[in-house]
Amino acid sequence: MAVLFDAAAKTIRQDELCAVVTVLNGDEIGRKLLVRRERVAGGSEPAVTATGSLGDAAMDQAAVARAAEVMEARRTTRVTLPVEDRECELLIDVHVPQERLVIVGAVHIAIPLVSFARELGLYTVVIDARPIFATQDRFGHVDELIRSWPDEALQEMKLNESSYVVTLTHDEKLDTPALICALDRPVGYIGALGSKRTHAKRVTALREAGVSDEQISRIHAPIGLDLGGRSPGEIALAIMAEIVQVRNRVKEAGR
Amino acid sequence: MKEILADIDNWQQAGKQVALATVVQVYGSAPRPLGAKLAVSEDGAMVGSVSGGCVESATVQEALEVLETGKPRLVSFGIADETAWEVGLACGGTIEVFIEPLNW
Repeated sequence: MAVLFDAAAKTIRQDELCAVVTVLNGDEIGRKLLVRRERVAGGSEPAVTATGSLGDAAMDQAAVARAAEVMEARRTTRVTLPVEDRECELLIDVHVPQERLVIVGAVHIAIPLVSFARELGLYTVVIDARPIFATQDRFGHVDELIRSWPDEALQEMKLNESSYVVTLTHDEKLDTPALICALDRPVGYIGALGSKRTHAKRVTALREAGVSDEQISRIHAPIGLDLGGRSPGEIALAIMAEIVQVRNRVKEAGR
Repeated sequence: MKEILADIDNWQQAGKQVALATVVQVYGSAPRPLGAKLAVSEDGAMVGSVSGGCVESATVQEALEVLETGKPRLVSFGIADETAWEVGLACGGTIEVFIEPLNW
């Protein structure tokens, strides 16, 4: 008993995107499907998997397709599916993971960026191994301050489609390993600070490290929307604005 | 859902039956959104919320019956105007709650 519930509870505890589909009427009332949608590491297309059954293979297929849309919209929804001569009422109950912003580099820009992200409801993490940057005085407002090498910290971190990673150190030795690590994970956004020239050098380094061009194209660089600003606050705002744009476009497109 | 998992786990560990109530339709103003949940143990303890307090006790009653019959049911609740006022809404709404035994 409770096999499906245990699987759902586990997925929710791990804070991963999933949907529980429940039949609300008819003979099949109470039947369930657990739908998960995971982007396989290194791949670009997310795969939808379903566990359980609503009692009919065609129904399951239709329900999974709707659940995939509803999950992308990140909103619990009630739907009606026509089945032969009757209508089947379903609740598609979505668990939306906590969005998190992971900032590599406890630099000046990171200070206002943490403020903006928190204001928008994101959980914030700052990673920097350099003790003079990663201080409690500078980052008293961050949810998590990690003093270690960025690639090592990222490796251990739970990252999913609701995770957004930005590299701000300006230092290849720190940024490049962090980017390699982030590109290997199914994160929703990757941005790297630096001019076009810096980015061109970075692309060469990433290629040499064996990262494919398709993967490299996931990096937003130069980072942020072009707001024309130069101050740390303005750059942080441009970065945050780009993250909001990326996250909302995905929602709108219903993909 | 996440916030009620620990209590459900404790009840199940203790060998208790658990019913789960979920808001599946909201008409007009209602204090809790679609998908909001209340879990009820066989001895009537509850965790979570489907209405911000207005219909919780009625939901617990229904949930205990669901545990007895073992059959899920769909229940409609009108939220009285005065209760709606108390939770900060200008008008009463109606919510539909799906109540099921947690045996899936």
